[in-house]
Amino acid sequence: MKGYDLLELAVRNLRQSKLRNGLTTVGISVGVASLVAMLSLGVGLQQLATKRLAGSGMFDTVFVASKVDARGWNRDEDRKEQDLDKAPALDEAARDKMAHLQYVTEVEPEIRVMAEILYGGQTHFGFVTGLPMSARENEAFDSLQGKFFSRSDADEVILLNDFAKELEPKDPKSLIGKEVTLRYGEHQPLAADSENSGRLGVTGEHADNSNAGDDYGFSVVRKMQPLKVVGIIDEEPYGGMRTVSRGRIFLPVDLTERLNMAQFSDMRSSLRGNGKTFMTLTVRVKDPAKVAQVQDAIKQMGFRTFSVLDATKSLRRFFTVLDLFLGIFGSLALAVATLAIINTLVMAVLERRREIGVMKAIGASDADVKRLFFAEAGAMGFFGGVLGIALGFAIGKAINLGTGIYLHNHQLPAEPVWILPPWLIGAAIVFSIVVSLLAGLYPASRAARLDPVQTLKYE
Amino acid sequence: MGSSVIRAVDGISVSVEPGEFVALLGQSGSGKSTLLNLMAGLDRPTSGAVLVEGRDLAKLSSEELARYRRNDVGMVFQAFHLIPSMTIAENIELPMRFAEVDRAEREQRVREALERVGLGHRREHRPSELSGGEQQRVSIARALVNRPSLLLADEPTGNLDSRTGEDILGLIRDLSVAMQMTVVMVTHERALAERFAQRLIFLADGKVTSSTTVNLSGQRAPSLGGSTPAAPNMSGSEEARA
Repeated sequence: MKGYDLLELAVRNLRQSKLRNGLTTVGISVGVASLVAMLSLGVGLQQLATKRLAGSGMFDTVFVASKVDARGWNRDEDRKEQDLDKAPALDEAARDKMAHLQYVTEVEPEIRVMAEILYGGQTHFGFVTGLPMSARENEAFDSLQGKFFSRSDADEVILLNDFAKELEPKDPKSLIGKEVTLRYGEHQPLAADSENSGRLGVTGEHADNSNAGDDYGFSVVRKMQPLKVVGIIDEEPYGGMRTVSRGRIFLPVDLTERLNMAQFSDMRSSLRGNGKTFMTLTVRVKDPAKVAQVQDAIKQMGFRTFSVLDATKSLRRFFTVLDLFLGIFGSLALAVATLAIINTLVMAVLERRREIGVMKAIGASDADVKRLFFAEAGAMGFFGGVLGIALGFAIGKAINLGTGIYLHNHQLPAEPVWILPPWLIGAAIVFSIVVSLLAGLYPASRAARLDPVQTLKYE
Repeated sequence: MGSSVIRAVDGISVSVEPGEFVALLGQSGSGKSTLLNLMAGLDRPTSGAVLVEGRDLAKLSSEELARYRRNDVGMVFQAFHLIPSMTIAENIELPMRFAEVDRAEREQRVREALERVGLGHRREHRPSELSGGEQQRVSIARALVNRPSLLLADEPTGNLDSRTGEDILGLIRDLSVAMQMTVVMVTHERALAERFAQRLIFLADGKVTSSTTVNLSGQRAPSLGGSTPAAPNMSGSEEARA
């Protein structure tokens, strides 16, 4: 029998007992819907978690420190290192080299200095933190009022809401667009003639260093800088080394470097006398999957590195297990539906005994009969699958709506926790058909085995 | 009930000539239906052979038997066995679906078969809307549609009144002449058999008791034209367990 004849006969047979086959098809669709709803929930939760974690800025970041500075981070390794003091310095040259590594998007120092903001005749003390342009992606800026920095060295400032309230208790928002004055300490190299007076036991072997003044000390000079308030945020963005930056005043990182603000680490650099170095550098990687590669490359350069890569690995494992469990739960309903298919088809075989006998008598082979029942099972699977996708979609929309309302009631932005990827639509329909065909195995072979002589006996 | 071997057809040897119209007569349980089923390839003999044009049906696979039934045999039943959910046209089309006849040709053949049995105007009706005689005509049309050389009829008049029965047998005889078919019919109505069949074979307890050639008094000239219709030629026995 040809394919289209088979399908035509199958569909016409299904329509013969509309109620029974319809109910079975609905049963399949409920099974498919529960599977789709569960798996989509898994996909949605995973995407949500990944997005949130990416938003925290932890997973695409490598923190770099000099081995000298970070002594004791990894004691086992330190013991092996014979010449810790000869480890390379984390200086501008090293930073430049890292910036040119593959997949690295930016390398920024961690800048945190004490400063004061003058506004309305009052002085307000706070920590200043330098932020790279990439911080815009940080989830702390989801609640940004106003705008982000226009350039990475613009004379602009973003304030923490608490700090803004100190400045303007009644209406902190009104600060946006206003000018404030930043008072800070500028790092100035000592003049050449004061070389002898400021020596702190550092020998002249570093005299050839490019920034000679740094070798022997520096001055901190009070400076003022007018800044325009462009934005206000509610939470502090997460700073380097997983320590919250504690800053309340945020400047574009290149501005802090241009202003040459004096930092805590400057004093240590001065003591050691090896030029301007960074405490830590934050290296951002294009793709969390490339973090390991970048981390290795930086280790090769002789620095100590740290990333939360392992955390993402266990996160992925967690979601694999979660998907498995959701899949098993979803499959239970489909397993029940499978029994319904078997039941329906066995009933059909019993009911259509004579019809099967007639078909055999007029030339149907055993294989034709078997294929006919398979086609009926497959058709129910297909329609059940399509209906199930629609139903699952509706359930998912309901879940999203429900969580949206819940999140809204808790003053949180709504997030879709349920995402139906296109591959799942196709997979669910194929799966539904395959399961139905398997369920049709027994009834079909039973129909094919019927003895026409017995079924055609006149009673 | 104990299990004992019952020989439905026992040590029978029958042969039918191409184009012949043979009637199998006997009481119920005499084995005539079993003999017909053996000829139809629906049943297999326990021992012996069923030869149709030199092929032994007993040795064919079930797939080959299905092909034989769909291409060489047409069957008519006492209870008509039409499929109630299908229209007349669809019922007649069904064997051609199994024979994988072209769609366009099917339409043509359905019309032709309906005209042969005089039911051209009933094609879109359901079997339940037809009288018994009309239903049997449909089942004859269905049997003919794949142009078989052998028509097997199992009590074709059993469910019909005597006048309709005569009409049906007349139709079968006329068609067998026109289409050069061999006909083997099971019946227990001797009078009808004598009127339409060329030869009567009597069975009792699975054995042939006698075989009579009927003089048809010039009503019908055996036609053995260009093609040779298939005719079964069988010997052997069939056992069934009861």
